[in-house]
Amino acid sequence: MIEIKNVSKRFGSQKVLNGVNLVVNEGETMALLGPSGTGKSVLLKAIIGLIRPDRGEIIVDDQHVESLKRVALSKLRATIGYVFQNGALFDSMDVFENIRLGLTDEAEFKNPEYARTRAAECLRLVNLQPDTMKKMPAQLSGGMRKRVGIARAIAGKPKYVLYDEPTSGLDPVNSDIIDALVTRLKDELGVTSIMVTHDVRGSFRTADRIALLTGGKIVAIGPPDEFKESPVAEVRAFLERDFDLEGNGAAK
Amino acid sequence: MSSLVEWAMFRAGRSVLDPLAAVGRFADLMVEMGRGLVEVKIWFPRTMEEAWSIGVGSLFIVLMISSFTGGVTALQAGYQFTGNIPIYVVGSLVTESVVLELGPVLVALILAGRIGARYAAELGTMRVTEQIDALESLGRSPASHLLIPRVLACLLMIPVLVVIADFVAVGTGWVIAKSTLGISNQDFAYGARVYWHPLDGWYSIIKGFFFAAAIGLISCYRGYTTQQGAEGVGRSVTGAVVTTSVLVLLLDVILAKLILKP
Repeated sequence: MIEIKNVSKRFGSQKVLNGVNLVVNEGETMALLGPSGTGKSVLLKAIIGLIRPDRGEIIVDDQHVESLKRVALSKLRATIGYVFQNGALFDSMDVFENIRLGLTDEAEFKNPEYARTRAAECLRLVNLQPDTMKKMPAQLSGGMRKRVGIARAIAGKPKYVLYDEPTSGLDPVNSDIIDALVTRLKDELGVTSIMVTHDVRGSFRTADRIALLTGGKIVAIGPPDEFKESPVAEVRAFLERDFDLEGNGAAK
Repeated sequence: MSSLVEWAMFRAGRSVLDPLAAVGRFADLMVEMGRGLVEVKIWFPRTMEEAWSIGVGSLFIVLMISSFTGGVTALQAGYQFTGNIPIYVVGSLVTESVVLELGPVLVALILAGRIGARYAAELGTMRVTEQIDALESLGRSPASHLLIPRVLACLLMIPVLVVIADFVAVGTGWVIAKSTLGISNQDFAYGARVYWHPLDGWYSIIKGFFFAAAIGLISCYRGYTTQQGAEGVGRSVTGAVVTTSVLVLLLDVILAKLILKP
């Protein structure tokens, strides 16, 4: 379980997060919506300990992330897969080596046969051919880089996956494949996910609950149907573009 | 008026706090690298790759610089001393100038540009494209994967390149002195030996070692702490080269004062 309690973060004079509270239950997929620049990615990075909050607590599996020592933090990170917005692939390594680094179990990491099999399996899951393994990141398109980033994040069979805009920049077919992958990881492996996204329709398809982060706070949260009916003005404004809110609430 | 006072106080505060913050970040980085040293299996192979890369990659420029340095020193020594002072002094001047000063300092300044800029740009780009965050998110240490191999490669290879530069520069100086000033091999060799102290060779290597530490640590620090996109990478690269060059010259003075006793 991931618990975020009263988390605040400021960069210079800009207060990005202002007392965020959020609980993500075991096996749940939480979509985090919100306008650009409202601190969604900052919140994800705080969960994995890449950014330290100024105030508040982040608890993952009963461990306080903000106060964990280096070794304990590394161990916790090994249970969390993080999908970066632009893939963040290591450009001096080929795709195979990138995915291999995602094998957080040392025995699996050192077993080349297992690593190759697992890399091929993860590539197939994100709709890429296994021969992509030999390519360097510079030889991949933006969408392929993003999907290799997802393959790397799930290679170590993490308990939690944090997605930072996993479908932005992808064509509809590949967006659907990623959405299906998120659902499959939840259904088959019980993976708990937080998905920062602007893809409102995708989040309604995949998420168990949807939260809206704006003005540094979570202003609305609930299951998709409940969220769609939310009277909160920010939610109405956010959903207007994708849904016919005046009509029957169906997606356009 | 009050806003001017506020602005002045803000600037004064920043001018004190920013350098202190930089010292704190540098100390953090050193601690991280110290902790990363236990992961020998991670950093050792990468150090060998880096050492090979910077050693072989820098050899041509080092050979070129040292050849010109030795040649020019011999020519200028000949211009100044011929006729007034015994010709063997050219051998002394070339050898001592190169080994004590020109070899290590010129190699370090060239490598501050070549290796320092490369490391700052590589790490800076990795920082702004979130590759360093990605490494951390996978539970792996950027110190043992990225920083230690680069710093150790500098410490291994730069003193070696300094020794090569010393030999090549003295050799080139010898050849140039012989062909343009007519100095005999015996005179040049006598001159090279007459003012030579056993410490001189070690001094050159020690300088190479300190300059290597400056190049490796400063360029890695500047790259690793890069902020704000492509512009930030540019600032880190410029900062790495300028800071390292100034530090090399400063260390040159400090080491001369500490080690060379008349």
